[in-house]
Amino acid sequence: MNDLIKYAPDLAAGFLVNVELSLVCAVLSLIAGTVLVSLRVAPTPVLRTAAATYINIVRNTPLTLVLAFSALGLSDTLGLSFSKEPSTNAFWLVVLGLSAYTASFVAETLRSGINTVPLGQAEAARAIGLTFFQSLRMIILPQAFRAVIAPLGSVIIAMIKNTTVAMAAGYLAESAFVMKDTFDDTGVSIPIFIGLVLAFMAITLPVGFLAGRLARRLAVVR
Amino acid sequence: MSGPVDTSVLFDAPGPRARLRNNALSLLALIAIVAVVYFVYLKFDEKGQWEGRIWEPFAEPSTWTEYIIPGLLGTLKAAGLGAVFALVFGSVFGLARLSDHRWIRVPAGAVVEIFRAIPLLLLIFFLAYLAPAVFGSGDYTLIALVAGLTLYNGSVLAEVVRAGVLAVPKGQSEAAYSIGFRKNQVMRMVLLPQAVTAMMPAIVSQLVVLLKDTALGYIIAYVDLLNYGFKIIPAVFFGSLIPAAIVIGVIYVGLNMTLSALATWLEKRSRRSRRTSVKPIPAAADIGE
Amino acid sequence: MRVRRIGAVLAAAAMTLGVAACGGDKTYDSVADKVKDAKQVVVGTKWDQPGLGLKKGTEPEGFDVDVAKYVIKELAGGQDVDITWKESASSNREAFLANGTVDIIFASYSITDSRKEKVTFGGPYIVAHQDVMVRGDDTGITKPTDLKDKRICQAAGSNSYKRITDPPPDGELDIDAELVGAANYSECVAKLGGNNLDAVTTDDLILAGFATQAAEQGGASFKILGQPFTDEKYGVGLKKGDTKTCEVVNAAITKMYQDGTVQQLFTKWFGKAQGLSAPTAAPSFEPCA
Repeated sequence: MNDLIKYAPDLAAGFLVNVELSLVCAVLSLIAGTVLVSLRVAPTPVLRTAAATYINIVRNTPLTLVLAFSALGLSDTLGLSFSKEPSTNAFWLVVLGLSAYTASFVAETLRSGINTVPLGQAEAARAIGLTFFQSLRMIILPQAFRAVIAPLGSVIIAMIKNTTVAMAAGYLAESAFVMKDTFDDTGVSIPIFIGLVLAFMAITLPVGFLAGRLARRLAVVR
Repeated sequence: MSGPVDTSVLFDAPGPRARLRNNALSLLALIAIVAVVYFVYLKFDEKGQWEGRIWEPFAEPSTWTEYIIPGLLGTLKAAGLGAVFALVFGSVFGLARLSDHRWIRVPAGAVVEIFRAIPLLLLIFFLAYLAPAVFGSGDYTLIALVAGLTLYNGSVLAEVVRAGVLAVPKGQSEAAYSIGFRKNQVMRMVLLPQAVTAMMPAIVSQLVVLLKDTALGYIIAYVDLLNYGFKIIPAVFFGSLIPAAIVIGVIYVGLNMTLSALATWLEKRSRRSRRTSVKPIPAAADIGE
Repeated sequence: MRVRRIGAVLAAAAMTLGVAACGGDKTYDSVADKVKDAKQVVVGTKWDQPGLGLKKGTEPEGFDVDVAKYVIKELAGGQDVDITWKESASSNREAFLANGTVDIIFASYSITDSRKEKVTFGGPYIVAHQDVMVRGDDTGITKPTDLKDKRICQAAGSNSYKRITDPPPDGELDIDAELVGAANYSECVAKLGGNNLDAVTTDDLILAGFATQAAEQGGASFKILGQPFTDEKYGVGLKKGDTKTCEVVNAAITKMYQDGTVQQLFTKWFGKAQGLSAPTAAPSFEPCA
């Protein structure tokens, strides 16, 4: 217990980083995922293939590797830099890698949502002369989103837990790294582990609960 | 009959103008993609990443036999053990959650929910540091990794098993009871055989997640593909960090895509299957780490 | 029938694991006895440090490895010994010794007070010093204090950076440098070569290994400032309490200095690096405890 109290400020600072990463990545991966799925079902074959290729490759790569590529490839080799300050730069590289990874799962989830929209809806949209993007935006996606709120919630929860892998991109600040560093100094501490687990549950459980409630309230009755 | 939307019904069969527009868009998209690829090529070239020197090691058989294949075996060993134990764990806890006895059902449910909520990396770290403190010192990297993979993926699989059994139509168990089967006979001879066929795709999808998660072992210094490819190869061949990352990335993607393809094939087969009255269970919306 | 077959496979798998877990021969009180008697030994070295211990082919190579071979031969009274090499990363060295995964460790293993509580150290066989390495064409950094506002590498699991950035007792120089994270030192060096950071700081022998390797393989050129600011006494790690072996190891090291082997090995592995000088006399030994 003493360990937990002694290292609480460090751990809290680390956990705050997890929360920040989660918030930014949630927004970015939902937006990017929606764009990806729009391309994935677009009338232009090249766009469809490009989106499908991206989704399949990224989905099947371990996140550890995606994040390492983000740091070593995008930043070190391609010269992408978000900030002169190395730690700020590393933060955004993690955001980029984690969002790019999560977006592919958001896109796949949304695509299964699109599959739940009855054929007649799309046909009706076309019949009244809506273009592809109009029907996607006004008819298909709103229903698709409502059908997959619960699975999207699971994707977001997994993303929140995945913020702990940030150290693979050389960002040594979040709570899993702090925990490891602490264990290196003092040996294993059960209170620290349980404290962090509870902290994570304190955000993942409400997200799951909220997603479940929204899913029931917004379910499309068919 | 309202079947699912096939993507092709989202837009009309293109007429002359739409076809023109499509072609124009295709061209633009192609140009954009080529531009990005060219930019990447240029930047890599600028940093000397195409130098033959740093790629040559991967043409040597010894690089494969001494680094990559042993690493791959390490990965497959962790994944294989993790898969076996996770399946056992998942079956036991999935069925336990369906028990008629509250004292079995509730604790089993708690275990499953807790391990699903813990970030896997935290769990693996914790186990790796806890094991020597409890069992005396030793090399626990494999054990910690496999235990973490088992507890986490096993909990997810437990939910798949539960959903699979629950998805068997009620009439099946009622019919079984009415011809005098006992509880475990119903489960063993009627519910499980049908549920397993329906669960197969979801199980294989979860195994893809498990295989990807073995890469976390790298962070606790387990000697796997990532460790060899990312730590030892670049240390031996100066400058080969990016080529090594690309090569092992291709191996990982290849492995996982093969497994994913298997899952898709199984799903198609079990959709057609007449051995079960159950529709395939959707894969857990789990994205792995 | 099918279930039984799966059960048999599981049982077989479990048995293989069990056998693998408790494979062990006759036990000896000290490593010196084992080497002398059984003519076999398990030696732990680094596998990812050029110049010190780097896995090349089936065996590692480097200064630590050559010292290990010399000392083991001395332990066996000049006879050939069957050596099994095992990777011992910084994070698992103590554990490997305590549970006998390895018999003896030569792995840039600094003797510190906290480690002395868990490990018996022979030697030290060489004293390294923390130093700073920069790109060969960098004229802006000539002494450690020039690192103010420069980007230095923080390798996960290593505390070397603290000597620069923190005041005593944890650190040394208390300079305001910016930290760039990396998974290990070879990644640090890759980033240094790619101009993604300005300086790597750790033991000069480790730096010299990287610099020599980079020069040999035609990569970037690096230079070591040659302004050491700490002493890192590299010891021979033994299971706690194995003082018998410790004494024999110390005798072997003394001999190694007397017959000039150390100087020869030093030149072989670090001779091409700037800013480093070969030791002239054996360092004073720590008491065997």
